[in-house]
Amino acid sequence: MMRAVCAVLLAGWALTGATLSLPGDHGAHPDQRTEWWYVTGWLETAAGEELGFQVTFFRTRVDQPEAHPSAFAARQLIIAHAALSDPALGRLRHGQRIARASHGLAGADQQQARAWIGDWILERKAGSWETRVEAEDFALALDLASVQPPLLHGEDGYSRKGQDPAAASRYYSLPSLAVTGSVTIEGRTQEVTGSAWLDHEWSNALMEPEAIGWDWVGLQLDDGGSLMAFRMRGKDGGVRWAAATRRDAAGRVVHHGPETVVFRPGRRWRSPRTGVEYPVEFELQVGDERLDLRPLMDDQESDSRQTTGAIYWEGAVRAQDVAGRRGRGYLELTGYGTPLVLPGGGADSARQTPSSLP
Amino acid sequence: MSATFAVSRTLLIGRLREQPFRLLATVLAIALGVALSTAVFLINQGALQEFDRAARQLVGDADIVLRGGDAGFDESLFVALATDPAVVAASPMLDLAAQPMDGEDSLPILGLDPLRAGQVQPLLLAGLGDGLLPLLQPDAVALSASAAEQLGLSEGGRLRLRAGSEVIELRVVKVLTEEAYPQPLALMDIASAQWRFDRIGRINRLDLRLRTGIEPERFLAALAARLPVGVTATGPGEEAGRAERVSRAYRVNLNLLAMVALLTGGFLVFSTQSLAVLRRRQSFALLRALGCRRGELKVALLAEGALLGVTGAALGVVLGQALAVMVLVRLGGDLGGGYFATLATRPDPQASSLLPFFLVGTALAMVGAWWPAREAARRAPALALKSGDAEIVLARMGGVRAGLVLAGVAVLLALLPAVGGLPLFGYLAVAALLFAGILLVPALTARVLAVCPVPRRATPAVALAQLRGSAGLSAISLAAIIVSFSLMAAMAIMVHSFRDSFERWLGDVLPADLHARVAATHDTAYWDEADQAAIARLPGVSHVEWRRLAGLRMDALREPVELIARPVGVDGPVTRLPLVAGTLEPTRGSEPVVWISEPVSDLYGWRVGELRELPLADGPWPVRVAGIWRDYGHPAGAIVVSLEDYRLRTGDLAVNQAAFWLEPGVEASEVETGLRGLFAEGAFLQVYRGDDLRQRSLAYFDRAFAVTYALEAVAVAIGLMGVSFALSAQALARRREFGVLRHLGMLRSQVLALLAFEGGIMGLLGAAYGLLLGFLISLVLVYVVNRQAFNWSIDLSLPVGQLLVVALGLVLAAVLTGALSGRRATSVTAVRAVRDDW
Repeated sequence: MMRAVCAVLLAGWALTGATLSLPGDHGAHPDQRTEWWYVTGWLETAAGEELGFQVTFFRTRVDQPEAHPSAFAARQLIIAHAALSDPALGRLRHGQRIARASHGLAGADQQQARAWIGDWILERKAGSWETRVEAEDFALALDLASVQPPLLHGEDGYSRKGQDPAAASRYYSLPSLAVTGSVTIEGRTQEVTGSAWLDHEWSNALMEPEAIGWDWVGLQLDDGGSLMAFRMRGKDGGVRWAAATRRDAAGRVVHHGPETVVFRPGRRWRSPRTGVEYPVEFELQVGDERLDLRPLMDDQESDSRQTTGAIYWEGAVRAQDVAGRRGRGYLELTGYGTPLVLPGGGADSARQTPSSLP
Repeated sequence: MSATFAVSRTLLIGRLREQPFRLLATVLAIALGVALSTAVFLINQGALQEFDRAARQLVGDADIVLRGGDAGFDESLFVALATDPAVVAASPMLDLAAQPMDGEDSLPILGLDPLRAGQVQPLLLAGLGDGLLPLLQPDAVALSASAAEQLGLSEGGRLRLRAGSEVIELRVVKVLTEEAYPQPLALMDIASAQWRFDRIGRINRLDLRLRTGIEPERFLAALAARLPVGVTATGPGEEAGRAERVSRAYRVNLNLLAMVALLTGGFLVFSTQSLAVLRRRQSFALLRALGCRRGELKVALLAEGALLGVTGAALGVVLGQALAVMVLVRLGGDLGGGYFATLATRPDPQASSLLPFFLVGTALAMVGAWWPAREAARRAPALALKSGDAEIVLARMGGVRAGLVLAGVAVLLALLPAVGGLPLFGYLAVAALLFAGILLVPALTARVLAVCPVPRRATPAVALAQLRGSAGLSAISLAAIIVSFSLMAAMAIMVHSFRDSFERWLGDVLPADLHARVAATHDTAYWDEADQAAIARLPGVSHVEWRRLAGLRMDALREPVELIARPVGVDGPVTRLPLVAGTLEPTRGSEPVVWISEPVSDLYGWRVGELRELPLADGPWPVRVAGIWRDYGHPAGAIVVSLEDYRLRTGDLAVNQAAFWLEPGVEASEVETGLRGLFAEGAFLQVYRGDDLRQRSLAYFDRAFAVTYALEAVAVAIGLMGVSFALSAQALARRREFGVLRHLGMLRSQVLALLAFEGGIMGLLGAAYGLLLGFLISLVLVYVVNRQAFNWSIDLSLPVGQLLVVALGLVLAAVLTGALSGRRATSVTAVRAVRDDW
């Protein structure tokens, strides 16, 4: 029954969708307003310590007259975030950069996946990805090798985000990337291995005006399966949309719509810095499966008011189901303090973005 | 209770009981002296701090700042340095000025990348707040709070600027917070600035922050080789002093005023205290005779001085703050000088910065008491009890030899060069001259009084005799008036000389009937060839002289030198060049010739006949120096080159200014109307009739020095007060003498006349001596201080009438004061006055 409803909905989407093709679509789509390459994952040091990490490159289109003759004309903004969840510290180490794409100093390539600001970079080379970022008190230099095929969300990568079919994005993930490389914390460099998840998503209109933010999770299960699930929350406190993509160990993919995806918030944690309260534990129901999500640590709040203007919670989580199966992944909670506004979302959002730079 | 305390209590209470008004006046005198110097200091400090804050906000945390001349440099240098491993942050900028349509002054515009600038100028960019992303739009501009206020614009308003001879319209997307930047400023995105002001591919400023551990000096040394011609780089230490250098001329004026205030106030406190102690010598002797010990008396007197000093100085510091606030509210932080016209200065006195004034005031009061007190304590009581003993003490304090030595030192100091561009030795020479003058006062007074012919009429004869008898006391009371009057005379002579030279210079450089410019700035507004052709066709014009202006960066630490390309000649209607060296018609060699202003000669050491290079954006231009001209228009220096040579070399055919000579019988207003009609928003072109412009320039000059006059007047008033204290002190002390004179048959009116005569003679002496000393000091000011501070010459010119009027006023005031001070002293009956002794 549920399937049938989903199929009807999916049929509606197919009309607006165009085929997503890889590797061509790994590169940037500069005609779209917003785009991001979002890498999250778990790392393990030689001593067996567990760390969570996140590296994100955002691209935002700014309207400029075609005839603008200056090479400085800010047609595209690049924003980069990097964070390290270090249980020894008890909160995130965080770094961020923002720049206009100009003079080769910052940009996002159209032909191949390569986004950079100065020496911060995320790049796909010969089928494998690598990233290097150097923040004030930590640095990451990681190679990310694909071991599983890409996971396309929604209808062939056309992912609806709301009740209005126009609110949607192009969206695929690369789960289970094998990570090797090094992490530098306060000047001390250590070799690490681990597993990462890459999201690549682009859109002209991702959020409905009624939406306030979203909860998102990407999980890699110990048996080799993976699960992406999200819900869009409305300003009225209700859920405007939800969806999930489940791939089992054998590689079979099932797409879920709003009816079969339920996020049940559990314990809440209040940030001592911003006063914002987040549900840091969830019971996630996707179809027949039920998973408990528990954070690596409570304080994984990111303050990126200086670049994207948002305060959000983005952190490493463990998952466990009633049958005892386990997994690890990342949970993202946005719009809990003030409504989330994507940068470059037109004049309106630009005005609301409090972007005082460091 | 210690004996010393008892003595000092007795003394003070005695003084208070005897002359409560006098004691109050002493405290007030100390307060006024301290107040005046505190006020000048606070105004000075407030303005400088604001200026410095503004400059710091613009430079921010930059380690290295690269600056180009008007033509700037290619943005590829930014790309190269942004990727340099030693560089953490690179912020490219276009530092421009543009002409708002309805404003007289140009508006500084900073075209920057707001995403990068935050790493270098965090305070400035923090003020942008949520205006950051909207600023990226090509028609967006953000205004500082003071610019918005000045232009009457708020967020959402439209700012209209002249670009070339056209007009562009920008949208105000944000008004910065007050804290972000205190002066008028407009921020644009660098891309918009490049586009709107036709500077695609160019920037003229680049701020760098270096990686931790990189030595800025090393980096600078390596960078030097990569810098294009006309681009300079400064390190962090050099940037810090920038505000100081820019405002140097302004501070020279204020420093002089502070010196006047401090010295006048100091001498007033000193002479008031000295006289008070001297007057009571007989009381002290009596105390000694009654068994009070020498040390006890000395300490007691010192304690009294300290108490008066503390009270007066505390009052003075408070009064000074009130005065500073009043002046700042009325006149602004630049004291009307036009340097920081829109600076919102609030005096923010720190206790630590006011403490020195409090301490100096107290110390001066104590020194004033201590010097004569030491003498009084040493003197055998029997001798001190005798009348007239004070004179003997004073005779010992004279310092003719010291005065002469100091005068010699002053001459030597005046010959020394400037230190770091500041005429420090010049100031010292002025101070030395002043002290020499003061030290010589007693001897000179005595000598002049001695050679004065004795008048035949009784009253003036008695007056002269009295003054001869108390030359020392007279000298002390004269000191304060001499200090204030001589400094006032010196300043007056300097300002008058400057104004005279300035007026003559205006006649030289503004000879045409009509002067016009596209804008107050030559950065962003100009007339191209077509504009010039249209202007030249205007009816009624017999001759147009074009001018092209461009800024040249010749030194990293100095403001750009103005390159003025214009016709240079000796025949026909042409703007004259007031040469001080060289010739207008040099025998021309292969290279073009230039005429440099005095500051260029002083600051860069260029001499007539030398071959030098002008740092044009596309490479050095070898030129020969044909002459040096006097210029008051460009403190950082100006270089004149013929327009023909300039166009041949650069191919730049635009102009910024035009001077019109009209056909006979043609009204300037007709040509002005025609000119305005040629251009969009022509009403906003800056067009002035020649004589109007000269008048406006002079009015501006006078406004700049108005406060100087006002503060000088205050100094003279304080000096006069000193004389009045001295006279009335003596008058009271001489009640017995008056009683005797009355017994001898003198009328009360004759006694008053006697005092008036005494006051008049002292006023005359003070004025004459002050004029002489002032003249000598003015020589130092004109030829040393001014030349070294501003790097331009002025011709000495005496404001004879003005000085005579003030001198006369001084004498009259002294006569009046003398008569008034005698009224109370003679109000008691003659019999009681004589008996008063016992």
